[in-house]
Amino acid sequence: GLCSSEISITIGGMSSTENLITSIQGLSASSGDLSALHRILKGAEETLHADSDLQLSTLEQLDPSKHSLGYLYLLDVLTCGGPMSKEKASEVVLLIARFITSCDADQIRLASDKFVSLCKGFKDRVLELEDPLRGVAPLLTAVRKVQVSTKRLTALHPDCLQLCLQAKCYKAGFSILSDDILEVDQPRDFYLYCYYGGMICIGQKKFQKALELLYNVVTAPMHSVNAIALEAYKKYVLVTLIHSGQFSVSLPKCASTAAQRHLKTWSISHLQFNPMISAALYPILARSLYVAYNFYRSPFSQPYTEVGNCYNEGKISELQAVVVAHSSDFEKDNNLGLVKQAVSSLYKRNILRLTQKYLTLSLQDIANMVQLANAKEAEMHVLQMIQDGQIHALINQKDGMVRFLEDPEQYKTSEMIEVMDSVIQRTIGLSKNLIAMDESLSCDPLYLGKVGRERQRYDFGEDFDTVPQKFSM
Amino acid sequence: MERDEESSGPMMEMCTNGGGEETSNRRPIISGEPLDIEAYASLYKGRTKIMRLLFIASHCGGNQTMQLEALRMAYDEIKKGENTQLFRDVVNRINGRLGDKYKMDSAWCESVDRRAEQKKGRLENELSSYRVMKYVVLFMCCLVCLHRSFLVNHYLDNETNLIKESIRMGHNDFGDFYYACGLLSDAFKNYVRTRDYCTTAKHIIHMCMNAILVSIEMGQFTHVSSYVNKAEQNPETLDPIVAAKLRCASGLAHLELKKYKLAARKFLDVSPELGNSYNEVIAPQDAKVIDNINFRDFLELVPEVRELINDFYSSRYASCLEYLGSLRANLLLDIHLHDHVDTLYDQIRKKALIQYTLPFVSVDLSRMADAFKTSVSGLEKELEALITDNQIQARIDSHNKILYARHADQRNATFQKVLQMGNEFDRDVRSMMLRANLLKHEYHARAGRNH
Repeated sequence: GLCSSEISITIGGMSSTENLITSIQGLSASSGDLSALHRILKGAEETLHADSDLQLSTLEQLDPSKHSLGYLYLLDVLTCGGPMSKEKASEVVLLIARFITSCDADQIRLASDKFVSLCKGFKDRVLELEDPLRGVAPLLTAVRKVQVSTKRLTALHPDCLQLCLQAKCYKAGFSILSDDILEVDQPRDFYLYCYYGGMICIGQKKFQKALELLYNVVTAPMHSVNAIALEAYKKYVLVTLIHSGQFSVSLPKCASTAAQRHLKTWSISHLQFNPMISAALYPILARSLYVAYNFYRSPFSQPYTEVGNCYNEGKISELQAVVVAHSSDFEKDNNLGLVKQAVSSLYKRNILRLTQKYLTLSLQDIANMVQLANAKEAEMHVLQMIQDGQIHALINQKDGMVRFLEDPEQYKTSEMIEVMDSVIQRTIGLSKNLIAMDESLSCDPLYLGKVGRERQRYDFGEDFDTVPQKFSM
Repeated sequence: MERDEESSGPMMEMCTNGGGEETSNRRPIISGEPLDIEAYASLYKGRTKIMRLLFIASHCGGNQTMQLEALRMAYDEIKKGENTQLFRDVVNRINGRLGDKYKMDSAWCESVDRRAEQKKGRLENELSSYRVMKYVVLFMCCLVCLHRSFLVNHYLDNETNLIKESIRMGHNDFGDFYYACGLLSDAFKNYVRTRDYCTTAKHIIHMCMNAILVSIEMGQFTHVSSYVNKAEQNPETLDPIVAAKLRCASGLAHLELKKYKLAARKFLDVSPELGNSYNEVIAPQDAKVIDNINFRDFLELVPEVRELINDFYSSRYASCLEYLGSLRANLLLDIHLHDHVDTLYDQIRKKALIQYTLPFVSVDLSRMADAFKTSVSGLEKELEALITDNQIQARIDSHNKILYARHADQRNATFQKVLQMGNEFDRDVRSMMLRANLLKHEYHARAGRNH
């Protein structure tokens, strides 16, 4: 590496930018060269920012797929500037998009932080231009390229999901969500990922997965409740109602104590909190939240718990009354649609209960029992449920009778066997993961140090005799 | 009112009178079903008789004659005793309606009160003297011990025992006295104090019985249970009557606490020989049975209830429920069952419904409705409630009005459950790993800062 930089300095006369371009072109072949190049680039960053020679056109000398690392650095310098005109922004966006599509994954992984910040800048530009659709495909590709393994969450995941949400491309977002994330670096990324992911799943009406994701946020270990968890909690309540029809005011036991204490009673919806925009402001907002939460302890997420309790009772009219009463709150949180879905799911749930008790029932009776307006509406609901596969029934239109059938699934087909097989395989895989995690943890020096320290306090007996003495402090 | 010598008379009479008149309202009015108060009251004696009469009087509603009759009898009974407080109470309620003979007899009151004061003074004196004696004896014991004269010591021990016994008797008498005067809490306190001076098991039992008696009157049924337990823990074998009494008491306690099943069992254990010996508290007719076999002997006493049980078993539910209806009015007048009649009835009815449907694969709802004397839609609603509670495994064919038994398919259910568990495991483990990851990260971050 030293020789190259010496060469560039001694050649003198040529501008540093041109030197750099040459280095990039020369050193992008092998991995040894690449590390050398990386060092040069890092060293040259300062000068590059000041260099006025550097233009977008300079980049044309480089090939993004072969010289990805160098291209990345130069692109970053060029585009990280402040506000730019619409045309320039558009041009920049196009350039970055092309780069992302064609760059070499191995090279950019050497400087993944830079790549991530480049992409984040890209996302901001796209949002400024109010054309989120342009950014969806590039970011999807970006996520795949920067990912070290599909189990690991990257900082780009939430950005990608955010764009998908803005552009209403739920399917695209869903493709990312199908990965199992098991390792997380930054909690904040994780919370955002789960929150946006939950919203995408709701859009796709995949309530089971939405519930999973929102559950992960609500039960994540945290010392004090953050705004994301709060919004996630509200949606979590509503999705629980839609999916499983049961609401309990207490959070699952694995939730952190902070969450259990505060989530039910505290909300800052009156601050006009739009989670999508403020994700960028999060650090600032978070700090002010930590300071200010004592002042805002008013029962704003109470409307949600009220809805939940009403739902449990099962009376449609009361539920609707509650919804109407708090509709402005729901409106502010952008949750009104979700609440309406919850209400309609109550009808479905009541009809489901009827199937447990009756073999045949007239449509009029159904309407009466479930408090629908007339038999026609009952028919609609029942049809919808049959189509969704929630109940099995036959409607006899001649005498207005519905005949409920048992689930015809006999668990004898080969498809079913495949399903069971795949579930078994997954379970085995997960167990292996758990064991590996346990093993790695028991070798972790920090953990051993802590255990060694605590060993003085508690008498563990023979369990921890294997901890070497040097870890006891 | 006719005087009927037979103790089971009133019930029979009622059956013939009120068989068809099933009142479905909840208020305790007995219209057209006269309860022979005298016969009813003759089943009891002592304080409970007074209380029951008063209860009848207050729950009679508009039936003047019955009320007055009850009050008159209460008055007579009270005069035999020494309870002036109750006396005043009853006189107020009579309010001069029974004529001059039943006016406020203040002279009597005063004399009773004076006598009570005297007796109390006397008892107190006795008790304090015993106490003084106790201390004297103890003191002498110590002296003797100092001198190590063992024979004397032994003699003094006996003395101590005798003193103890006297004190115990003293407290007991006090308790009895308070009970007669109607000061129940004082009575209770005194009975409990005797505990310290009980030397033999018999004493303990005696103490327990008294405590139980008073507690029942006071309505503190938790005490009743605890004392019953205490008495039963006694290693000596209890003589059967006492044992039966104990079980009655605990039965009552459980009744109050709404543990009906336990109450029923306890009542059944009461052997028939009990007869009328524990009349102070309860009459055998009051034992109410939901489901049991050993009750035959008892039933001789109450042909009513026997009819009822027979019907229940032979599934003649209609007539069974009719009997229940007719008995209901009277039961409402009973102090102890008053609050529970409705719930008991409900449960009996439900049990009947469940039993009816058990042996069938399909049941025609209209016939069932006839058997239970309700309309088809009403029956449907009741069945629906039972199915929701999972007490009947069936489904209703509303179109043809038939109830079909439903047998869950075990195999399918198992498959479903397995798949569900697999999914849950999946989700939970992944969540756990994520949380562990987050914790690890946080820990590293903190460690990074510290180092």
